[in-house]
Amino acid sequence: MDLSPSPSETAFREELRAWLAEHHPGPTPPGEAAGFEHRRNWQRTVHARGWAGLTWPQEYGGAGASLVEQAIFSEELARARAPQLANVLGLTMGGPTVIAHGTEAQKARFLAPILSADEIWCQGFSEPGAGSDLAALRTRAVREDGGYRVSGQKVWTTYAHNAKWCMLLARTNPDAPKHRGLTYFLLDMEQDGVEARPLRQITGEAEFNELFLDGAWIPDDGVVGGVDRGWSVAITTLMHERAGLAFTLQVDVQIALRQLIDRAREQGADPLVRDRLAQLWIEAQVLRLTAYRGLTRMRDGAPGPEGSLGKWHWAEVNQALTELAIELGGPAAQLGDDLWAHRWLRARANSIEGGTTEILKNIVAERVLGLPRAP
Amino acid sequence: MNFDLSEDQQAIRDAARELLAARYPLAEVRRLAYEDGAEDAGWAEIAELGWPGIAVPEDQGGQGLGVLELVVLAEETGRALAPAALRSTWWAAALLTAAGEAERLAGGRRGAVAHGGGEVAARDGTLHGEKRLVLDVPGADVLVVDGRWVVDPAAAEVETVPALDATRPLATVRFDGTPAEALAGDALDHAWLVNRLACAAESVGVAQRALDMAVTHAKERRQFDRPVGSFQAVSHRCAQMLLEVEGARTVVQWAGWALDHAPEEAELATHAAHAYASDCGVRVTQSALQVLGGLGFTWEHDLHLFLKRARANAHALGSAADARERIADRLL
Repeated sequence: MDLSPSPSETAFREELRAWLAEHHPGPTPPGEAAGFEHRRNWQRTVHARGWAGLTWPQEYGGAGASLVEQAIFSEELARARAPQLANVLGLTMGGPTVIAHGTEAQKARFLAPILSADEIWCQGFSEPGAGSDLAALRTRAVREDGGYRVSGQKVWTTYAHNAKWCMLLARTNPDAPKHRGLTYFLLDMEQDGVEARPLRQITGEAEFNELFLDGAWIPDDGVVGGVDRGWSVAITTLMHERAGLAFTLQVDVQIALRQLIDRAREQGADPLVRDRLAQLWIEAQVLRLTAYRGLTRMRDGAPGPEGSLGKWHWAEVNQALTELAIELGGPAAQLGDDLWAHRWLRARANSIEGGTTEILKNIVAERVLGLPRAP
Repeated sequence: MNFDLSEDQQAIRDAARELLAARYPLAEVRRLAYEDGAEDAGWAEIAELGWPGIAVPEDQGGQGLGVLELVVLAEETGRALAPAALRSTWWAAALLTAAGEAERLAGGRRGAVAHGGGEVAARDGTLHGEKRLVLDVPGADVLVVDGRWVVDPAAAEVETVPALDATRPLATVRFDGTPAEALAGDALDHAWLVNRLACAAESVGVAQRALDMAVTHAKERRQFDRPVGSFQAVSHRCAQMLLEVEGARTVVQWAGWALDHAPEEAELATHAAHAYASDCGVRVTQSALQVLGGLGFTWEHDLHLFLKRARANAHALGSAADARERIADRLL
């Protein structure tokens, strides 16, 4: 065990810092469309330096960097308050899934435009009737000559209105057991029969969409990982989501915690607040160290079920942090335009999005502890 | 950057786990705890292996390994609930090392440390007064008092008191003109941190063993025609225990590494480890008892030994809340 960075890791961090100081794109402009273009241009700048898809193999246009370097990259971008790369879902989930399960033709077709942000990706997994029980999804893909005709409804589809491609999970065999009749498709969003409608959330924003599919067409070469074998492909995507985002999310927690500590210092903290702050600081260290430890364990393979532990813990810590912060607001916490009020509202989703805490506990109980399946 | 234990550290862990499981089955732990005058036959072997001096520099007769290695070993002694003369000896060794006098513990001599409750005054090379809640004095060869004096425990009056955790003898020690040698050294703070961390590491092992007991039970015990571990009220409780045990181990190992390699973060890391592992030990052993149901409430089941050790550890060296206050002090 050696928690100090290696000389090459330190060199990478310094190089990154210097580069960020020179190329930082400035604050994200207001307005959804302008903000998105800002992030797309930012990704292009990063890509021009060769750092989009940092951990992707070099043969697929990545930088072939280590997971620790990816972590350093996330930390430094967060520290510099640089915007998120526009194609985050393509970079952290879609690309790795195509690399793991796609054909050579798919890799040649799809990977480069993910890196360049020319084609944005979104994810069509959840449905109104299939959230935690994802495998119960009902969107149907019916076989026709040369491809599939797809109908159904998806929900919580981030970036759907900007996306060219959707990682779509649909039922191809209604007679098979529910996990075995699913296929993982890449759906072209730019066609009739695909409609995205923004979904307003409790913060007033619309990060997510509902996606309505009415006879949308997917040719045969849009199948990833084989017909009726979509479940295991989807698991790859979800594990990459939990592992890939874990790092960025814990860095955000460290930054928010520093802001919270500043707020507490300014207005004075009673013993109860001091105790809760210290506990949060400890938990934030656990998140940070666990995220790094996860990288060590992942070095030789795909992310495992341990990622579920980190995502669950992150949700708990971030919720507790925003709760304490809004409590410190006192009567002013009634104001609707407060930064911490917004964060507190947004954090309510943390224990639901990307796998509810209850489902993550099931995964930990069954796949890490080996307990029998829940009824 | 690498978060895995090295091959050597893993070898220490595996060898300790194997030896402790063989020498200290829980029947033996109970015998040592509850039988008057029971002798710990395993100590000679432990001393032979050099465990008491694992973190003592080689020029003072130790193995010259780091705090991280000590922490790895301490988790295993906690998991086995092995007689804790080892932990008191580690603490004494850390204090003596600071004074360059760790040789006093050569040849498998056992140490104990009197600190905290009670007042002691020194006059003309002798001690007067008493110290309360002193661990592991019966059987100790060297007693360090308040980190400043060394006495022969045989020259003091030792009155054992009933202990919640019977696996570790607890005593009041009275000094009435007891000959004492003053201890030099200005690195006492470091010794205190090492001891807190060893205690935290032990609590991680205690919690891990309780979790293992709970999970085994949840897989085997059937009610309503199903293993009880298939009910989420039980399985989610077990998952929560795992979250805390993994977290505690991670912080403890970080602090161990920091004490060896990153002094600027060592103190905060140790307070974090102390707070998190103390809470973890208490919560996880209590939660395991709930999973075990009525069985866990019986004297016959071994869980209560772990429950009591975890509780005792959480109180022995200052509370988790104290440790958090020290952290808050630094943050704010």
